This record gives sequence, C-alpha cells and structure tokens, in this order.
Amino acid sequence: MSQNDKDVFARRGFLKGTAAIAGATAVGTLLPAAAAVAQQSKLKIGLMLPYTGTFAQLGVAITNGFKLAVDERGGKLAGREIEFVTVDDESNPAKAPENVNKLVQRDKVDVVIGTVHSGVVMGMAKVLKESGTLWINPNGGAGAMTGAMCAPNFFRTSFSNWQTTHALGKVLKAKGHKTAVFITWKYAAGEEMMEGFKEGFEKEGGKLVKELYTPFPQVEFQALLTEIASIKPDAVVAFFAGGGAAKFLKDYQAAGLKGKIPLYGSGFLTDGVLDAVGDAGEGVETTLHYADGLDTKKDKAFRLAYAKTFKLQPDVYAVQGYDAGQLLAAGLDAVKGNVADKAGVIKGMEAAKIDSPRGVWTLSKAHNPVQDMYLRKVVGKENKSQGVAWKALADPARGCKA
Amino acid sequence: MPGNAISRALPWVIVGLLALFPVLDSTFYTQLLTKVLIMAIFAMSLDLLVGYTGLVSFGHAAYFGLAGYALALMGPKYEAASLWWTLPGAIGICVVFALVTGLVVLRTRGIYFIMVTLAFAQMLFFVFHDTKLGGGSDGVYIYAKPTMNLGETVLVTLEKLDQFYWLVLFFTAATYFLLRRILGSSFGRALMGIKVNEHRMRALGFPVFRYQLASFALAGGLAGLAGYLAAVQFGFVNPEILSWHQSGAVLMMVILGGMGTLHGAVIGAFAFVLLQEVLSNQAWFGIAAKHWQLAMGILIMLVALYLPQGLAGLMAKLQRKPPAEAEEGADV
Amino acid sequence: MDLAFILIQLLNGLQYGLLLFLVSSGLTLVFGIMGIINLAHGSFYMVGAYLAWSLASMTGNLATAIAIAIPLTVVLGMALEKLLFRQLYTRDHLYQVLLTYGLILVFEELRSIIWGDDVHGVAVPALLNASIPLTENLSYPVYRLAISGVCLLLAFALYVLIQKTRLGMMIRAGASNRDMVQSLGIDIKLIYTLVFAMGVALAAFAGMINAPLSSVTPNMGSHVLIICFVVVVIGGIGSVKGAMAASLMIGLAETFGQVLVPEVAGMIVYVLMAIVLVWRPEGLFGRK
Repeated sequence: MSQNDKDVFARRGFLKGTAAIAGATAVGTLLPAAAAVAQQSKLKIGLMLPYTGTFAQLGVAITNGFKLAVDERGGKLAGREIEFVTVDDESNPAKAPENVNKLVQRDKVDVVIGTVHSGVVMGMAKVLKESGTLWINPNGGAGAMTGAMCAPNFFRTSFSNWQTTHALGKVLKAKGHKTAVFITWKYAAGEEMMEGFKEGFEKEGGKLVKELYTPFPQVEFQALLTEIASIKPDAVVAFFAGGGAAKFLKDYQAAGLKGKIPLYGSGFLTDGVLDAVGDAGEGVETTLHYADGLDTKKDKAFRLAYAKTFKLQPDVYAVQGYDAGQLLAAGLDAVKGNVADKAGVIKGMEAAKIDSPRGVWTLSKAHNPVQDMYLRKVVGKENKSQGVAWKALADPARGCKA
Repeated sequence: MPGNAISRALPWVIVGLLALFPVLDSTFYTQLLTKVLIMAIFAMSLDLLVGYTGLVSFGHAAYFGLAGYALALMGPKYEAASLWWTLPGAIGICVVFALVTGLVVLRTRGIYFIMVTLAFAQMLFFVFHDTKLGGGSDGVYIYAKPTMNLGETVLVTLEKLDQFYWLVLFFTAATYFLLRRILGSSFGRALMGIKVNEHRMRALGFPVFRYQLASFALAGGLAGLAGYLAAVQFGFVNPEILSWHQSGAVLMMVILGGMGTLHGAVIGAFAFVLLQEVLSNQAWFGIAAKHWQLAMGILIMLVALYLPQGLAGLMAKLQRKPPAEAEEGADV
Repeated sequence: MDLAFILIQLLNGLQYGLLLFLVSSGLTLVFGIMGIINLAHGSFYMVGAYLAWSLASMTGNLATAIAIAIPLTVVLGMALEKLLFRQLYTRDHLYQVLLTYGLILVFEELRSIIWGDDVHGVAVPALLNASIPLTENLSYPVYRLAISGVCLLLAFALYVLIQKTRLGMMIRAGASNRDMVQSLGIDIKLIYTLVFAMGVALAAFAGMINAPLSSVTPNMGSHVLIICFVVVVIGGIGSVKGAMAASLMIGLAETFGQVLVPEVAGMIVYVLMAIVLVWRPEGLFGRK
C-alpha cells in the first residue's frame, strides 16, 4: 500500500469518527475529548497464532475466520479501520511471554487475538493479566485461563477442555454403557478432558474404570490397547488430535476392538483426520460445539462465504476465529469504537449474544462460551450432527475469583 | 613480563565495559547479552569437568534444568520468590544431586561415563516429563520474578531488566574469578594431574575419587546457578531445558571456545548464542533463516574436524610463536 | 489381567524389543569395532522412515519402496564413512560426539527442506493388513508379527555373518587388534566402510518397516537414538548378543511399565541401565 492510500484511509477514518461523535452529541451523550483523538487512529489488533509447525493450518483457519467477520462489516469494526499486527507463536510455550510482549509493549495493540496451543495460552495469560490488554482466545482450551487465572480482560470464543468431553457422560448413559476407559496423551489438555468426562459420567452413575496415558506426543498404543481388551469396558473414550488421532483410530481397528467396544471421544479425535483413516473412523461418536450438517441458515451462509473467499472448506477453528471477530465487534459497538473505554468494551462483550454458525451462544461469568454441545457421528468423511447432547453447557470455571 | 599484566587486567576491563552496556542500549540487546552471560556460566561449569578434570559429561543440562525447576517449585505461585533463599536453595539441590549421581557415574570411564551421565539426565528429564511434579510435558511458568528484600524494602527486583543484567554479570564474573582461583590452587593442579594420568596420581597418594567428586559437585552447583538465572530470564521451565540437546549445545560452546581455558568457555558461549541469533535472523537471511540449524550443524562439524582447540586455541596460535606455554598446565 | 493378556503383552514387548535390536545392532557394531560414538544413528532411522514414506507414496507400494531405499542407505553409509567418520577413528570421543551432534542438526534440517515438517502415516501393505483374533475382543495385527519375523531372521543372519563367515572373522579380529589385522594384509579400511554402511542400512531398514506402526514424524530419530544407547550400554559395547538381550529386556520393561506403573514408565529403562552399570560397569556381555 502506498503512502497516498494510507492517507486516504486515515482521512476516511477521521471523517467517520467525526460523524460518529456528531451523532452521539446529537442524542445528548458527551464523549471525552480523548475519544475523538483515539478514533482518528486505526484499531490495532494483534494476531498471535501459529503460522508454522504442526498447528499452522489451525492458525490460518482462525485468521481467515476472523477476517471474514471483519469483511462482513465492511472491513471495519464499529466504524474503525483495522490494522493487523501478526506474530507467529510457533506453538512454542517457551517463547510465549516474549512474543506476546512484542505485541503489547512494542506494537501497543488494542486487542490480542490468540492462540491454539494451551501452553502458549498460559504464557499469554501470564503477560496479559499484568498489562490488562483485551484478549480474545479463539482456541486453546486450557481450563486455567477462565479458571484460576481468569481476569476481566480475558475472553474465549472456543471451548474449555472440560466442555468438550463433559456431555459424553450423558451420551454414554443414554446408550446403556456403565463402565468406560479413558485414553489420552499425558499432558494438561488430555487430563482436563479426562476430568470433564469423569465428572459427567459419574454424575450419571457410570464408572470410569481406568485412565490410560501415553506420553505426549507418542503414538505407540499397542500395549494400552491390549490393556483395554483385558479390562473389557462397555465403552472407550479417547482424546487425541491430528496425526495421533489418525493413528489411534487405525490401531483401534487393527487391534480388533472396533465393533467390539464402542469408541467415543472429544470431537478433535475425528476432526480433520477422516481423509487419512479410511473406514477406521466410521461410526465413532464424539461431542463438540460444532458439527457437519447443522443445516441452519447462519451456518450455510458462513460456509458459503468462507468457501468463496478462501477457496477452502471451513472447520471448527474457522468458526472460532469468526466468532472472535463477532465478539470484538459487539464489544466495540457498545462503545461506538472508543476502545479506550475498556470497561465499556468488556461490558459490551459480556452482554453479547453471538449468532454463530455453531448456534447462538453467550458468555459465562468467567468469559467462556455457554454453548450447545453436539453429538456427532462419523459417516463417510463427515462428522454428522446427531442433535444436541447438552443444551447450553457452561464451564464450571473452578478457581475463578474475578 | 608486561603481557602478563595485560592478561591479568583484561578480564576486569571487560567486566567494566560490560557493566556499562544497559546504559547504552535498551531492551533487546541487553536481554540477548544477559542470555549470553548465563550461558557463559553454564559453559564454564562444564569446562571445569571436560577441560580440567577430563570428565566428558553429556548430561550437564540435568543440573541446569533442575535448578530452574527448583525455582519454579520453591517459589510461591503468583508472587515473587525471595532471591535470598531460592538461589542458594536451587544451587544446593544441584550440588546434592551431583554428589549422589557422582557416586555412581564416577565409577565409569570413557564412553561409559558419557553414556551414564546422559542416562541420569534422561532419568531426570522423564521425572519432569511424565509426572505432575513440574507440570509434565507442558512445563510451568514462573509468574513473578524473584526479588531481594531487606525487611519491607525491595533491594533488587529481577523484573527490572537492568538490575537483572547486572546481577547476571556479577555472577558471571564471580564464577570466572572463583574458578580461576580454584584452578590455580593445589586442588586445581591435582585435578589437571588426574586428567593427564589418573594412575600416576593415585600412586602418588592423591584421593582421586574424592577430587573428582568435588569437581563434579562444584560443576553441578555452577550449572545450577546458570539454570536458575535462565529460568528467571525466560519465566518458564519445561523438560526441554534438561534434554540432551541442551547438554549437546553447552558441550559445543565449550569446544567451540576452546576447552581447558576458562575464557574459552566464555568466548564459546558468546560465539554460539550470537551465531544462533545471526543465522536465524530473517532480515538478513530471509527464508534460509528458518533452516539456520543446517548452517549451525555444518559449522559444528567443521569445528570438530579442523578446530579441535576451539577459538581460544586459534587465537593463541595466531598470537604466540612457540606452543611451549600451552603445555604448562599439564605438566604437574 | 489374566494369563492370556499377560502373554499378549509379552508378545507386544518382544515385538518392540526385536525392533529395538534391529536399530541398535548397527550402533553396537560401529561402537565396538571402530570405537565411534555415533549420535547420528537415530537420524538414519528417521531417514529410513521418510524414504519409505515418500517412495511408498510414489510407487504405491511399501515393499517396492523398501527395495529401492535399502541400496540408497547403503550408499549413504559408505559415503559418510569415507568422507567424515574415517577422520575420527583416532580422535577423542569428545570430537565424535561433537561431529555427530552436528550431523544430527544437518539431517534434521535437510529432512525439513526435502520432506517438510508434517506428520505422515504409511499404509500397512495390503497383503499383511489383517488381524488374527486372539481373544473375544482382541486381535493381533499380522503386520506386527511379520516385522517380528523379519527382525528374527536378520538377527540370525547377523549371527551367522559374524560368527561363521570369513568376513565376520576379519571384523572380529579388526575390533580387537586393528594393527595386527592390517599387518596380515587385510584391507581394514574396506571392512570399516562395509560395517558402517551395514549399520546405517540396518537402522534405516528398521525405520522403514516400522513406519506404518510409528508414523513418520520430525525428530523421530532422537527418542530412538537415546534408547539405542541404553541398549548398547546395558548389553555391552560391541556385543551383538548383548544388544539382543538388552533390547528384549527394555522392550518388556517399557511395555509392562506402561501398563503396570504408568507414572514412572519413562524412567524405568534408565533406572535399569544405572543398576546394570553399578553391578557390571562393562555391560551384560561386554569385555572388561
């Protein structure tokens, strides 16, 4: 973009800003003088997402979704021009504080959007709690972000790890399963999903007979599958993602367990891997806050617009990014773009009802989505919705005092 | 001779110049230099083993990482820990761990010693990787940096970049002068004697095992000092900090700089960290910067093949005519 | 856990152990005969797996891929020995550690440049893609049995080669006294090149046949490498027999550890190694 273009945009932003002030004054609200100054400048949004490494595709999907939400509003939020600053977090927790500091200290962004990896999320929480910068997390499900570490400026538009498996307890009970084994990687996300399931299942009178772990990110399951066969539970619940999920589904079939002991999981077990596993995934049922074949007007419109703009099929990550854009828009609309009024933005976001492709959701007190969890079943290459497994499921936000 | 006076004054001059650094430049380079100095402490501690005691440890990151975890676990979760007791505590834990492992590993020699030190480091790696003790493979954040309080007043807070830098510089200098003093003592000369000919020293009545154990523990403690400081700087510890890659990297620093010379270890740390920064600088190398490890790998191989005495050896060779003086240390 | 399942876990452990033997046998030979610490051994395993994946996706057949890949790895091994490792035979172990550490970085980055950083799965060959029912709900994948068979066959071949052939005799003699062998007019350099290439090919072959089971991932060599060192040290440096015993021991310890004491499973092999070294510092079958 040439220098000239920038000037034009800046002037347009300025004119819009003055118009807004004029309008506001007309209805009798006096804005502080600082707001007028703030509105001349562009809104700075920092995107801290993985653009390289294992999660690179997720980072791209989230970015696309977010930009789609902005595009739908004419490339602006609450009438303000947007300037994006991007940082590749490489999904590296060790670099997280340094990376987020770049956005907050060096670039002085108004809002931070990020990220995928839970460990990096915790590093961001550490820095952003101190700086008080507005933060919307479009994926990483670390419970502590909206739990022990929760803060007024922290928002999440995705899920907590706990949420993705909690509804499975009800599902298993409805199918008549009384005992279950949970298998996952030994790391924070896996353990939180195990807790979510255990709690839901035991409330229904089920018994989690064994928790099986393999070190992250190892994919040798043979000994553990043998162990499952020897325990003979009514059902197996699993959480793995990406390559690990594909391998697990294939091994489960090769060990002859498929069809003998029904397999359930957190939705990530069957998301984005169905092309790679052939028929090994067929019939596996999972819960997640998004599914194929929801058939709502909003979802159809979103899928069409996304496919048209990016020549890609959207996935759950794109939805989460899109909703991050929608949530921020709602907050900024409430203060007419005056992001300096942080309390006002926060209030606006707290009150928002997000009309998402996944269905309408609101925020819990700890700023995590209260949302419907769908039961999905693998049919061919799709995670077909089987209806809502849990209406408006809220994360318990344990340890959140804010 | 005058050369001697210069070489004696030089370290002090360098320390003085380095102390001025934060005044000249702000955050980025001060941070980088802090990292370099921490690695210099780490490299010097390993040099004590490899270069002076003749023990090639391939698990030195164990002590480095252990101290980091010690800080993360000893301090309160969301408040600042006290530097007064967490630092000595972390170092103490490393010394004790070095003494215990030393009892086992010092029974072996050569290849076996390399492998057993590696095995102990791996054991520790899996303790932190597989158990919940330190957050498993996710690691733990150190949410607030330690402070040094006297009563209610905060004397030093490591949140402040400058203060942290000066503290690190102080410890780097202290480590250098301490080791120089130790190596100049009869204890140090005995170590070098053991390195050259263990049997002869034993025959002469030296308690070889005890000398080696003392050296091993000292090296462990100093590595702990470096690890503690590194954990403070990054505010995060995960099992990677005690992985064998880390042990390999520090060994590389020692040899790149020139083993058996303390200033070589410091030079090696400088060269290694700066090389890493330069090679991975996208502004300079563009796409190639992503694959900086390729250049690093080739460089390491070249050093192993053609520069066995490291940069310090190269400098000495360029400076000095007869290499007689270099043998001095070995001739006990 | 009843008897049937203990037996099945035993099978799992042995299968894993046999595969470990395949990777570590090459390492122990190079270690014992040439006195070289080769950290890059795990990289050969990785190269094998990536070769198998890329060639299999080109030819559509794992067997063909392996047939093409093996000669390539032999050539790689001979080239590395002639260009790099030869210079290190007389040098201190320290420099061997350093050189091969650098070599790991080079291999990892070349892998990243050539094949990228993604995780890949390799399909089990159609012929072996079946399972044998063992209990009412558990089957054993035929492919796992097949690779165990291949490992056993190779172990036997190695034994015959080293103990019964003229070449094996020269290898053994070269390990104990380099100068004497040379003075007998045997081309020790050629033997070293052959042994090294064989070690590379064995590790790479293990990576190839294990690719359908382990997936193909960046850094896959590094875990294998460390475990192989443990095998070599427990078994005794240079002892193929020892490598076999140690591999099976570790295979069983890891398998049962994962099931019985999952909390400390990762540490077990290292504790095992420490115990063995305290008891017999030269390893189970090592020479004093």
